[in-house]
Amino acid sequence: MSSNSRYSNPGPSSPRVAKAFWATLKRDLKIAIRHRGELANPLIFFLLVITMVPLGVSPSPKTLALLAPGMLWVVALLATLLSLDALFRSDFDDGTLEQLLLSPQSSYINVMAKVFVHWLTTGVPLTLVAPLLGVMMSLPEAGYIPLLLSLLLGTGSLSLIGAIGAALTVSLRKGGLLLSLIVMPLYVPVLIFGASGVRAAIEGFAYNTQLAVLGSFLALAIIAAPLAIAGALKMSVNN
Amino acid sequence: MAWQWFHRLGSPKWFYEKTTAWMPWLLSISLLIIISVSIWALGFAPMDAKQGNSYRIMYLHVPTSIVAMAAYYVMAIAGGIGIIWKMKLSNMVMKVAAPIGAVLTALALFTGAVWGKPTWGTYWVWDARITSVLILLFLYLGVIALQEAFSDQEMADKASAILSLVGTVNIPIIYKSVDWWFTLHQPASIKMTSSSIASEMLYPLLAMIIGFYLFFTWALLSATRSEILQREIKTKWVKQALLQKA
Repeated sequence: MSSNSRYSNPGPSSPRVAKAFWATLKRDLKIAIRHRGELANPLIFFLLVITMVPLGVSPSPKTLALLAPGMLWVVALLATLLSLDALFRSDFDDGTLEQLLLSPQSSYINVMAKVFVHWLTTGVPLTLVAPLLGVMMSLPEAGYIPLLLSLLLGTGSLSLIGAIGAALTVSLRKGGLLLSLIVMPLYVPVLIFGASGVRAAIEGFAYNTQLAVLGSFLALAIIAAPLAIAGALKMSVNN
Repeated sequence: MAWQWFHRLGSPKWFYEKTTAWMPWLLSISLLIIISVSIWALGFAPMDAKQGNSYRIMYLHVPTSIVAMAAYYVMAIAGGIGIIWKMKLSNMVMKVAAPIGAVLTALALFTGAVWGKPTWGTYWVWDARITSVLILLFLYLGVIALQEAFSDQEMADKASAILSLVGTVNIPIIYKSVDWWFTLHQPASIKMTSSSIASEMLYPLLAMIIGFYLFFTWALLSATRSEILQREIKTKWVKQALLQKA
């Protein structure tokens, strides 16, 4: 970006990068906290869908225990998916996104901060609520710790991968359904390893393989996803 | 000099004029191969000892599956070239490759289901390969839906190029995950008898794969050509080309 150096001299880059990250992080967190009601929506959705399962399938603890790991994971994934549409929407509408992309800091950092806030406000609460819903789904005792750990690692990847879809569809008026359509196939690996880690623990096997794989998905997503997100945001803003 | 052909590809006009002569050849050769190999495979290849005649749908199933997979890479590579070199033509190739690939993937799933009924006793099994191909179909449908959603063509091209590149990174991960998921959940009760295939059955299969690749090339080129005409409709050479035809 040679044109940027004309207007500003970033100087030694590392403190500026950290500063940019914190500034975006603080701003987005503040906005999230001021819209407290919206924070609860994914959690209520999670609770509602889990309530539907005994009503629709069977209230017998045996059946529920069999379904619990997969069901909890699938619904946590859907709750994340539904929260994604709002990730860049308001910033796109009021022009903040354009300013963020124009700033001399690399958009990788800004995007990273935004997705991190999304994870803090959806992935982490979903993870913390999951054990409670596990009780309602009669999840066997051995499953709680792996459920927490796998969701904690997995929702990070879900936020990062989903943000690619959100960035691609932010300029479309009716992006919601399309967003789910393009993101869900990409969620398959995370779901497979997340749910099977919990199931393995219930059946008395070691589950550290699954956690390690989820961790490596997260590492890969941290490296690669912000590049795709930034590219997609530039595409959405430029036209 | 060595890269001249690559730079020439930047011109849709050059591409259109160059491929005009190829089209009838590609179509007739591919149809000739597909029809004659069908006769060979259906009438003269030996019957399978276990599966009887039902195995013969393999001659449709295997080529469609292979070309469906290859089409995704054609689409993603074209998208990547479009992003990096901003080449108009490669964006067009990417756009038209998606529906062709989706149709091939759906065909592969359908022929697989038809083959599954006599051999496995059921149309659908949650087997690793079937599941992966189903997800491949979803990836195609996502790219098509994204392409349709934008009214601005340039944005549509960039968006679907990014999505197909992301999908390319994900395909090996999805395949490996599904494989792992399958070995974990189900014992290997269903094994394809493909460990060794008799050469009398193999040669028509290889010929069929070549025929399908040629047919895919024809379909891709002719769709790209009509896309070129659509997008360049305002240029002089397109009007002349259309007048000449009429």
